[in-house]
Amino acid sequence: MKANSTVVSEGKQNEGKFQSTVLYVKQHWQLYVIFLLPALVLTLIFKYIPMGGILIAFQEYNPFRGILGSEWVGFKYFQRFLSSPDFMTYLGNTLKLSIYGLLWGFPMPILLAFLLNRIESTGIKKKIQLVLYMPNFISVIVLCGIVRIFLSVTGPVNLLFGSQINFMTMPEAFRTIYIASGIWQGAGWASIMYTASLSNASQDLKEAALIDGANIFQQIKAVEWPAIKDMVVIQFILQAGNIMSVGFEKAYALQTDLNMGTSEIIATYVYKKGLLDGDYSFSTAVGLFNTVINVILLVAVNKIVAKMNDGKGL
Amino acid sequence: MKKKSKFARYSTQDKALLLTGYILLGLFVIAIIIPMIYIVVASFMDPVTLQNKGITFDFDKWTLTAYQRVMSNAQIWIGFKNAVVYSIVFTVVSVFLTLLAAYPMSRADFKGKGFFNTIFVITMFFGGGLIPTYLLMSNLHLLDSMWAIILPGAFSVWNMIIARTYYQGIPGELREAADVDGANEMVFFFKILIPVCTPVIAVLALWQFVAMWNSYFDAMIYLRDSAKQPLQLVLRSILIQNQPESGMISDMQSTAERAQLAELLKYATIIISSLPLLVMYPFFQKYFDSGIMAGSVKG
Repeated sequence: MKANSTVVSEGKQNEGKFQSTVLYVKQHWQLYVIFLLPALVLTLIFKYIPMGGILIAFQEYNPFRGILGSEWVGFKYFQRFLSSPDFMTYLGNTLKLSIYGLLWGFPMPILLAFLLNRIESTGIKKKIQLVLYMPNFISVIVLCGIVRIFLSVTGPVNLLFGSQINFMTMPEAFRTIYIASGIWQGAGWASIMYTASLSNASQDLKEAALIDGANIFQQIKAVEWPAIKDMVVIQFILQAGNIMSVGFEKAYALQTDLNMGTSEIIATYVYKKGLLDGDYSFSTAVGLFNTVINVILLVAVNKIVAKMNDGKGL
Repeated sequence: MKKKSKFARYSTQDKALLLTGYILLGLFVIAIIIPMIYIVVASFMDPVTLQNKGITFDFDKWTLTAYQRVMSNAQIWIGFKNAVVYSIVFTVVSVFLTLLAAYPMSRADFKGKGFFNTIFVITMFFGGGLIPTYLLMSNLHLLDSMWAIILPGAFSVWNMIIARTYYQGIPGELREAADVDGANEMVFFFKILIPVCTPVIAVLALWQFVAMWNSYFDAMIYLRDSAKQPLQLVLRSILIQNQPESGMISDMQSTAERAQLAELLKYATIIISSLPLLVMYPFFQKYFDSGIMAGSVKG
C-alpha cells in the first residue's frame, strides 16, 4: 500500500511538473519565440546541418548523387591520410606552430599587464595602451602584407642590414615570422583582460604588502597573482585546447611556394584538397580528424589544469 | 611629489627590475610605432628612391602619386563599399540576435536553459568543417550572396555568454520595478534592459564590425564575383599575390618600373585601407575595460 501511494504521488508530481512547465512556456512564449528562436534556427541550420554533412568523410561522395545516394567507404579516407607521407609533416607543422606560439605568446600579455599596472600616471598608461592596442585593428591581410614588404629582398630590413635575404622563401624562418608578428599584433590587446583583472586586486592586501616592505616578487605573489590567476587559467585552457585550430587566414597569407615545408598546416591542406582540388570526402575526413584531436586536447587540458588548480577548470 | 616618493620606496633591486621592465615595454611600444611611421613615410616616396635607399625625409621630393593611383582605382572603391555594407549589416544582425538570445538565457527561471545552453556550447568546440558547410551554402543557393558570409557567424555563442553575464550583473530591482508596472518581456527588454547595457553593446558591436571588416576567408570561398568582393580580397591580390589592379601600373614602360611602382602602391594601399579602423577605435577605448570585464567572468 505504502509503496503504491508513493508511486501515485510521484506520478502526480511529475504530472504537476509537466503542467507547470507547459504553463510557464505558455505564459512566457515570447522568451522562446521572439528572443531565442532566431538564434536557435541559425545554429541548427548553419552549425548542426554541417555536422550531419560530416558523413561524407565516410563516403565516396558524389555531388550529383548527394549524401543519400553516395557509396559508403568506411575509414578509407582516414587511412589514406594517416598513411600518406605528408601526414606527419602537416600534423607536426600544425602542432609546432601552435605550441611554440602558445609558449612564446601566452606569457607576453601577462608581462605587459604587470608592467602597465605599475605605471602610476593614468595619462601615460592610457597613451601606451592606445599604441599597444593599435595593431589589433589591422587586418590579417594588411599585417601579412606588411611582413612581406618588410622582409622582401628589397625591403627595409634588408636595406638596414645591407643584406639580400629572402625571408619569405625560407622554411626555417616561417614559424618565427608567424609567431613574432602574432605577438606584435595581439599581445597588447590580450593584455586588456589581465589589466582589468589587476584593477580588481584587493586594496587591503596591497597596503599590507607595502607596509610589510614586500619586494616586487613578493607583492606579485601575494597581491597581483591571486587577482589574475582565474583569468590566466581560463585563457590557458581556451588557448591550449585550441591548439589544432591554429588560424587558416594568417598561415595561408604568409605561405609561399618555397616555405611550404613548414607553412603547410592541416587547415590550409583541407582548403586546398577540398575546394581547390574538389576532393570533398578526403578533405572532410582530414578536417574531422583535426576537430576530434582538438576536442580531445581541450578535454585533457581542462582536466589537467583543474587538477593543478584545486579542481577548478572551465 | 607623491609619485616620486612612491618610486623611491622601492629597494634598489626592485628599481633595477622595474627599470628593466619599463625598458622592455618601451621597446615593445617602439617596435609598434616604427614600422607604422615607416609605412606612412614610404607611401609618399618616389618609387626609385624607395627601392634603392628606403625612406628619406627630403620633403621636396615627396609625392602623392601613390595615393592618386590607388584612389583612382575602381576596384578599391568597390571593395570599400562592399566591406562597409557587409560589416554594418553583419554588426546589426549579429548584435541584435545575440542580445535577444542572451536575455532568456540570463534568467534564473527560464525553463530549458540547460538544454539550450548545451546546444549552443557544443558548437563552440565541434563543427562540420569546411566542406560540409560549403555544400550547405551551395544547396541553399547562397554562393555569391552576401548572406553566405553574414548568417553563419551572426549568432556568436561567446558573445551571447558575455551579454548574458552582463545582464546578470544588473540589479534585480530594475526587473521588479518593471513587473509591478505590468510591463511585458518586450517592453522590459527594449525600454529598460537595453538602455543600461551600452558598454557591452558598444564592445560587441566593435568586435563584430572589426571581425567582418578584417576577415577574408569566407569571402574568398563564397564570393567569386569581383563586384561583390570586400576590401580584404582586393587587398589580398595587391599585397599578397602581387597582382596590382591592372589600371594602377599599366602605363609604365619597363618591367622594373612597374615592379617599383607596385611596391610603392602597397604602402599607400595599406594606409588607405587601415585608416578607418585606426581612427575609429580610440573612440571605443573607454568601453573596453567595462565591456571586456563583463565577458571575462566565467561563462
